[in-house]
Amino acid sequence: MGLGTMGLGFDIAHMLAGFMVLASFLLLYQDRLTALINVLRLHGFILALAVAWQAHIQAAPALYVSAVIALSVKALVIPGALDRIVDRLGIHRNVETVGGIGPTMLAGMALVALSLRVMLPITAHADPVSRQDIALALSVVLIGLLIMVTRRNAVGQVAGFLSLENGIDLAAAGARGMPLVVELSVAFSVLIAFIVIGIFLFRIRERFDTVDLSALEAFRGERQ
Amino acid sequence: MIPLAAVLAVPLAAAFLLALIADYRITARINVAASLVAFAGSLVFLFHRPAPGPLFLIDDLNIVFIVLNTFVGFTTSVFSAGYIGHELETGKLTPGYLRFYHTMFQIMLFGMNLALVAANIGLMWVAVELATLSTVMMVGIYRTHEAIEAAWKYFILGSVGIALALFGTILVYLAARPVIGEGSGGMIWTDLLAHAKNFDPALLDTAFVFLLLGYGTKVGLVPMHAWLPDAHAEGPTPISAVLSGLLLNVALYALLRFKILLAACPGAIAPGPLMIALGLVSTLLAALMLYRRRDIKRLFAYSSIEQMGIIVFAFGMAGPLGNLAGLLQMTMHSLTKSAIFFSVGHVAQVKGTQRMAEMGGLTESHPLLGWTLVAGVVAIAGLPPFGIFTSEFLIVSSSFSRAPILATLLVLGLLVAFGALLLRLGSLAFGPVRGPVVPVRASSVPIFAHLALVLLAGLWLPPPLVAWFRHAALLLG
Repeated sequence: MGLGTMGLGFDIAHMLAGFMVLASFLLLYQDRLTALINVLRLHGFILALAVAWQAHIQAAPALYVSAVIALSVKALVIPGALDRIVDRLGIHRNVETVGGIGPTMLAGMALVALSLRVMLPITAHADPVSRQDIALALSVVLIGLLIMVTRRNAVGQVAGFLSLENGIDLAAAGARGMPLVVELSVAFSVLIAFIVIGIFLFRIRERFDTVDLSALEAFRGERQ
Repeated sequence: MIPLAAVLAVPLAAAFLLALIADYRITARINVAASLVAFAGSLVFLFHRPAPGPLFLIDDLNIVFIVLNTFVGFTTSVFSAGYIGHELETGKLTPGYLRFYHTMFQIMLFGMNLALVAANIGLMWVAVELATLSTVMMVGIYRTHEAIEAAWKYFILGSVGIALALFGTILVYLAARPVIGEGSGGMIWTDLLAHAKNFDPALLDTAFVFLLLGYGTKVGLVPMHAWLPDAHAEGPTPISAVLSGLLLNVALYALLRFKILLAACPGAIAPGPLMIALGLVSTLLAALMLYRRRDIKRLFAYSSIEQMGIIVFAFGMAGPLGNLAGLLQMTMHSLTKSAIFFSVGHVAQVKGTQRMAEMGGLTESHPLLGWTLVAGVVAIAGLPPFGIFTSEFLIVSSSFSRAPILATLLVLGLLVAFGALLLRLGSLAFGPVRGPVVPVRASSVPIFAHLALVLLAGLWLPPPLVAWFRHAALLLG
């Protein structure tokens, strides 16, 4: 990549990473499971685009593989499977969230400000593409955590966790020359994790007739 | 390469083999045999180390962890063989689940061994995640309400921790890239360490915060400890033993590696104070929480948090003596705590419950079991003549000269935990007999082996062992 193409290449990378943060905000306030999964699909799709763009501007063909993995696993397979789970369990109803939408969105914005404030100064010497990518990726990770803590529903928490993983994938793609083995294993581990999640959703359903975690909490702690 | 194959390929091959065989008597034996081969392989490392490569690295530090890991893995497989027979009889587990259990057991050992010998920080991360996921599956194996809740909580908190650790790993690579160049060199321990002095300190600082929170979750440090008591209490007891004895150590090992890296970079923050703070908070809070436990496995799970707090405190104080004491404490804790969980497993099976109110007078009804439990608890409470007394004494005395206030707080934590453990031990081991008194049929050999080693370490530390630990302590800086 020559410095001449830097301008546009950088802008598009920046824009795609920004779209991911935007999609994270969309995830943050979805109150229906089907919509939540659709936004998660969009999230995975933007991730695939962002990784493919990184492959292009870094001239790193290995990253195209990561982009294909992101597209197939995170944009197609996992949201598809989540849809099936929601269908089979018949839980299209609203998702209960902790706290209202307003405060949650404000908290999300604060997290984005925080991650920019933390990451931009310390990466001053890194190259600008990774710099922006890492800062926005951290925002996605933190919003993913926020989604997890504001959902009382297992599917909602899983969506938060998957968006968090997407953020890490974005960071890994932005780190120029990072060996592919890591991204492959990230994708792989997400798959394994998803199998585990799937099994648990069914087990929780089987035991409690609901995937609402407040039903689970009745059993927490020590039995008297 | 042969010892490496014994430590890595044997557990992996055994996992596949165990998935194919249905008879649990055979699989239990294969499980023991594979764990024994891995232990033997790790002993070979003591005499002959493979040259460090891009994937695997054996040095003075991780060899301590590997030998301990494979040894406790082996003794746990022996204990597990007796334990599962009883679970099958009482119908808590079915043969199908046992097949799954044995496969997962070997995958977990493979994951932990891989994390310990990995030379690449990315590979190490993958291995820790593999070990975590396999234990999640085993914690939920009883499929009771409590087990599913515990496994879910463990899965969510563990995954978040592991995700944060990956973010930290990426940041370390970003710090290394301008110095080492692109490619896998920026993820290999030896390369990282050789060039660490030129890394961007601010980036490395941020990376360490993520790594400390991420791997710290897996170490069980307060306030990221919420998964630990549930996972210990609701899973099968052999898994509680390896969770406390091994998996916490593996996460601690990862943390120590990054601490060495940070220490090699002059401009970076000192990792010590962060570790000391988390360690002290963990010790004090866990010690207080010990008093309100009613479930015997939860009691010892909180004791593990307290112990890990002491160990992290010791490594945070650092210095040759602090590191030496930390390594010794970690080894003693692994051996003692797994021995305690072995006894607790027998006790819970005899009494048919984990509630401490329904068990008592163990020394009268089951003299052998009762007295081994007494010995284990006395050891973990830090009383002489056991090895934990030696290491805790070293930790306290070495930190008193440097930070008297911190050392006083640590001693306070130790005393509070000591009181809680002895209080519980009184009603468990002595006093009126409560609960069923059927005899224990399972073997007590693993318990004796562990306690004998802990006793030996308390009475006399063999000079080669001290020299060995001292080398490792030097690496830790």
